[in-house]
Amino acid sequence: MSLGPYASFIMTSYLMAAAVVLALIAWIVIDYRNQTRRLREMERSGVVRRSGRSATDIA
Amino acid sequence: MTLTDLANPTRFLALAARLLPWLAGLTAVLFSIGLAQSALAPDDYQQGATVKIMFIHVPNAWLSMFVWAVMSAASLGTLVWRHPLADVAAKSAAPIGAAFTFLALVTGALWGRPMWGTYWEWDARLTSVLILFLMYLGLIALWRAVEDPARAARAAAVLTLVGALNLPIIKFSVDWWNTLHQPASVMRIGGPTLDRAFLIPLLVMAVAFTLLFLTLHLAAMRNEILRRRLRSLQMMQARAFASDVGPATRGAPTQLGAV
Repeated sequence: MSLGPYASFIMTSYLMAAAVVLALIAWIVIDYRNQTRRLREMERSGVVRRSGRSATDIA
Repeated sequence: MTLTDLANPTRFLALAARLLPWLAGLTAVLFSIGLAQSALAPDDYQQGATVKIMFIHVPNAWLSMFVWAVMSAASLGTLVWRHPLADVAAKSAAPIGAAFTFLALVTGALWGRPMWGTYWEWDARLTSVLILFLMYLGLIALWRAVEDPARAARAAAVLTLVGALNLPIIKFSVDWWNTLHQPASVMRIGGPTLDRAFLIPLLVMAVAFTLLFLTLHLAAMRNEILRRRLRSLQMMQARAFASDVGPATRGAPTQLGAV
């Protein structure tokens, strides 16, 4: 597959898209881990929801 | 399951947990097919291989507007129906929409330089999309500036609905004004003008990016619900601590909120 004289523009476009999408995925995964970790810490310290259910219980 | 059922965050989280693996898998499969088709697509007789930029530029440009439309519908849910998850949906979509709009602008510039001879031109299409990007950033800033999610939600919903006026301007800018950007070649009366060799990979990539948005949006909504649960627990803890501290010691420095 030859990308011709403008290969750098094409490659940069695809790499930029991959980088932004991967950054979005990483941000969401890290945020999820942070929230669940902080909720578990809060529950371990004795603060629980009024319903008594675990805040990280999503099933 | 109805929208009313989904008003319960716990039910929504259960549904998201079931859907997310399937959506992520389907997204990965469609990206694999779309990227393979994009790589194998022939060169355009005028643009050469740079036509391959279209397969990522156009889906991102579509999504930049689609995400704002989703946020506008969610804003109506906040203002009119007061759906408990509406502002969660709007807030979670904003950073994802900003990322897609950023990609539309960058890949458009990288496509424009070899084809137009310039990265940027202040024409109606490019400028209106840049305004959309700035509005996304403004909304994200607004959500971060107001601590109470309910107050932030109403202000953000109004701003989102006002910003929706920009969507038809973006869509029809190439018809209303003389722009460097080409007119619509897929979503137009009379059907697409693209050859099937380009149209099919483009549509597959568009569906893949749309599924990516749905996957990321569901996951980001789940995070936002957990963030609000954490905030509620922190407030409960602060209230409990404040009631334990007697009136004599109130006003003394405490570590409330430093959870």
